[in-house]
Amino acid sequence: MSAIELAPGVHWIGALDPDLREFDIILKTANGTTYNAYCVRGSEGVAVIDTVKENRAEDFFARLEAVTAYDEIKVIVLNHLEPDHTGALPELMRRAPQARLYISIKAQIMLKGLLKSDELAYTPVNTGDSVSLGDRTLRFLHTPFLHWPDTQCTWLEEAGILFSGDVFGCHYCDPRLFNDKVGDFRFSFEYYYQHIMRPFREHVLDALELIEPLAPGLIAPAHGPILRDAPARYVHRYRQLAVPQLQNEAGDHAKTLVIFYLSSYGNTARMAQAVRDGAEEVDGVRVSVYDLQGGEVGPFVDLVEGADGIVFGSPTINGDAVKPVWDLLSSLTMVNVRDKFGAAFGSYGWSGEAVSMLEDRMRGLKMRVPVKGVRVKLIPTDDELTLCRAFGRDLALNLTGQVVRKVITMEELNRSQAHA
Amino acid sequence: MPKANVTFEDIGVTVTVPAGTRLIEISEKVGAGITYGCREGECATCMMRIVSGMENMSERSVLEDKVLQENMAGRQHRLACQAQVLGGEVVVRPG
Repeated sequence: MSAIELAPGVHWIGALDPDLREFDIILKTANGTTYNAYCVRGSEGVAVIDTVKENRAEDFFARLEAVTAYDEIKVIVLNHLEPDHTGALPELMRRAPQARLYISIKAQIMLKGLLKSDELAYTPVNTGDSVSLGDRTLRFLHTPFLHWPDTQCTWLEEAGILFSGDVFGCHYCDPRLFNDKVGDFRFSFEYYYQHIMRPFREHVLDALELIEPLAPGLIAPAHGPILRDAPARYVHRYRQLAVPQLQNEAGDHAKTLVIFYLSSYGNTARMAQAVRDGAEEVDGVRVSVYDLQGGEVGPFVDLVEGADGIVFGSPTINGDAVKPVWDLLSSLTMVNVRDKFGAAFGSYGWSGEAVSMLEDRMRGLKMRVPVKGVRVKLIPTDDELTLCRAFGRDLALNLTGQVVRKVITMEELNRSQAHA
Repeated sequence: MPKANVTFEDIGVTVTVPAGTRLIEISEKVGAGITYGCREGECATCMMRIVSGMENMSERSVLEDKVLQENMAGRQHRLACQAQVLGGEVVVRPG
């Protein structure tokens, strides 16, 4: 149980968790994980960067004690406040009460929520802020949403080491610790990115703008192998991963509209065709139609990520939309759908709640749902299919920004509600 | 009765409403993308942006101000369940 030196005066003091098989409910961890924490010694004090999960605190303190006395600790930095990195913080602050805590500006309200204490003193820091350890300087890079609002990276200027928090991390446990020594962790690195960072693609690009000019000589993430061999490769890989999974083949001049539907008797399917026909009347929209019964959720998520507009067609069965639609709508945490355009339609037998439930779900995902959905009782008539075509056309016009803006009064709005 | 015009930018609809109407009363009926949780000014789910016309909105109450601050809201943010439209032109959007 000893600390491991990364560079003179810089040690790994984290903990191994080889038996963990599932992380945070959402991630599989086939060979466990590590909670990486680090200790940096300067001429005028010691800094501890991140801690570990509470149930691994004993390992952390043993390693910490091997490289410093508690009264030497001047600085504690938390790059990310999730409990797997802050579990040992209360005890650490009890043992080193003189140490000053540095967290990102966005971490302040989370600190209260996690530690349930208003009395904790801390210094909020932003990009450009720094703290001196005498002959060494820790500079902070605010990298929000990688993968929480609070996340930041800490740059040890003189040694060229980036303590990157969860960025460039992965769940992979190997006591040999360094990327040039451990087993093949490429899969874990990619899997971690896809599940943790992918929804925050734009924020990844912002963070890379801050990180790339530093050209770190070593990257020390909060989980998984320490990247000392060719660290630039991993930075470059993040840049590659931060583009959508599917290339937009419609080109810059066309909007893409994807229609997903399910149909038990072919009624919602006929509506879907009519919606497509209507949408295709408008130039500048590429429309695709998919029967959810004929595909897997994963590739559909990729389609959603790249689409400008998403339309769901679902029958109402026992007062609800059908499960495959919910399966897709509950799998979108991996991509960013905020401000995408959404709509719904469907055939129903008795009550027809599916359409409004789907619209509410899309609003809940912060999508725009400007066109009221179409519901048809059982088999659509020719007139109703004409309505579906008009609906599709309306969607395409909205998507291409050609729609005439509506002006209504509160009275009209109340009347339309009463008839809905 | 004094009127105000509220435009929901995400769906391209403008509604003429009596002065004093809360945004929640309009946005739900018109189908704008603002979502609601507690509806009582505590959860901040309905935090939204006033794109223009903040001068035509009611002042923040102590409660609304506290909740907005806790959620790191900018100056343009309001809670749709609390904020009232007092007159003139207001343009809003979710988020």
